Amino acid sequence: MAGPLLQDVPGQDIACGQALLTMEHVTKRFEESLILDDISLTIQKGEVIVLVGSSGCGKSTMLRCINALEPIQGGIIRLGEEQIDPKSRGLTSIRQKIGMVFQSYELFPHMTVLDNILLAPMKVQKRKKADITEEAVILLERVGLKEKAGCFPRQLSGGQKQRVAIVRALCMHPELMLFDEVTAALDPEMVREVLDVILALAAQGRTMLIVTHEMQFARAVADRVLFLDKGKIIENAPPEEFFENPKTERAKQFLNTFSFETVKGKDKQGK
Amino acid sequence: MSLEFITKYLPLYEKAAWLTVRIGFAGVVLSIVIGLLCAAIQYYRIPVLSGLTAVYIELSRNTPLLVQLFFLYYGLPKIGVRTDAQVCGMAGLAFLGGSYMAEAFRSGLEAVEKIQMESAQSLGMNRYQTMRYVILPQAFSISVPAFVANVIFLLKETSVFSAISLMDLMFTAKDLIGLYYKMTESLFLLVVFYLIILLPVSILGAALERRVRYAGFGA
Ligand SMILES: Nc1ncnc2c1ncn2[C@@H]1O[C@H](COP(=O)(O)OP(=O)(O)O)[C@@H](O)[C@H]1O
Ligand SMILES: [Mg+2]
Repeated sequence: MAGPLLQDVPGQDIACGQALLTMEHVTKRFEESLILDDISLTIQKGEVIVLVGSSGCGKSTMLRCINALEPIQGGIIRLGEEQIDPKSRGLTSIRQKIGMVFQSYELFPHMTVLDNILLAPMKVQKRKKADITEEAVILLERVGLKEKAGCFPRQLSGGQKQRVAIVRALCMHPELMLFDEVTAALDPEMVREVLDVILALAAQGRTMLIVTHEMQFARAVADRVLFLDKGKIIENAPPEEFFENPKTERAKQFLNTFSFETVKGKDKQGK
Repeated sequence: MSLEFITKYLPLYEKAAWLTVRIGFAGVVLSIVIGLLCAAIQYYRIPVLSGLTAVYIELSRNTPLLVQLFFLYYGLPKIGVRTDAQVCGMAGLAFLGGSYMAEAFRSGLEAVEKIQMESAQSLGMNRYQTMRYVILPQAFSISVPAFVANVIFLLKETSVFSAISLMDLMFTAKDLIGLYYKMTESLFLLVVFYLIILLPVSILGAALERRVRYAGFGA
């Protein structure tokens, strides 16, 4: 699946070394609890960032702030030169440049797969239906779902729905893709098909911020891994470094929860 | 049963049936308008108006239509508003139906999860587009069963119109029974005419329900 996806997709000029997303001193609170505590971060064009952290630490909140689905209480978030602000008038135009994929897919259940994909490009970007359809069919084919174009979401498996959700986001030609635990709701045998799509997008040079609990995948796809803990990014390192030599005790503990000691009798010490 | 009686008074029933249909239809349409307005006010939590709407809904749902009609028919002239029985019938039905429709639409709107809205917004849709293409179609299909039940309920409620001397089906039947003691024939015609009115509505409603059944569910 990775192969054909490597071909170019519109909306992507690969130019690394240029800040695409900047967060400066971002603070996010829910009532009294501080979720993001003075976070500063830059994502360069073409970078793939994986964000990890224990459940409830604020990963989803961070993605939602970037997409202005949540207001922030301090700091500034920018996409290129434009400020992302839930109250700004240009919000819809900024959101078009940020593709978001949710854990629960969030396809529109009353529309076919194709209509799900066409809706925003047609209504928001006012592009020609024939052009988008052509592009949608190509993308669906690349993720192995061409024959599902006329199906309704309820007729698809979780993995298929998630691949459609990715295609739907891609058809808006976003500059940045956000993935929020997109395989967390999937049966194990479907995880791979979705991760392969994301890997292919990474190979294409797309800029992505990915929240995941799939550590092997994180290692394979990431240029940098961020570890969020108590509202702060306390690790920010290339994957080899993060997984082999985490600097903080918290990250070590976190990574330990993903590994298992052998417990079979013959391997046990002292037997 | 006297066939002669039935054929003789068929035209009278027919006339009464048209009256029932006319007022019922107008009442239902007005109910839908009021229901949409109230549901929108409550969904967007518009200050002051949403409080008033809540009061209206409780008042309307917890008083019998007959009482509401009496208020309109005997009460309004007391404060100098002249009303004829037909207008009262429509207004009463709309007053009752508005709250039922409001509840049907509101529960449909609220059943669409907030994250669907966020999903639409994350694709760059504005508030109007999100409502129009994502929320309303789903809310509508969720509301349909309650909506259909309400329409049938309201059409049946028209049977109390006779109390404000509207010459509807019920009035005609009671009248004929009083005049000629032809109980069986009068009631037979009454049932037949209500069925003629309500069965098509039921069948249409069921078809509508079938059409939209899956739309809102099983994301
Ligand atoms: N709308 C909200 N109101 C109040 N608290 C919230 C809201 N959304 C999330 N939270 C809280 O913020 C914290 C971070 O949540 P989240 O970003 O979903 O974590 P993660 O995605 O890392 O598991 C959690 O403690 C959660 O309970
Ligand atoms: Mg989360």
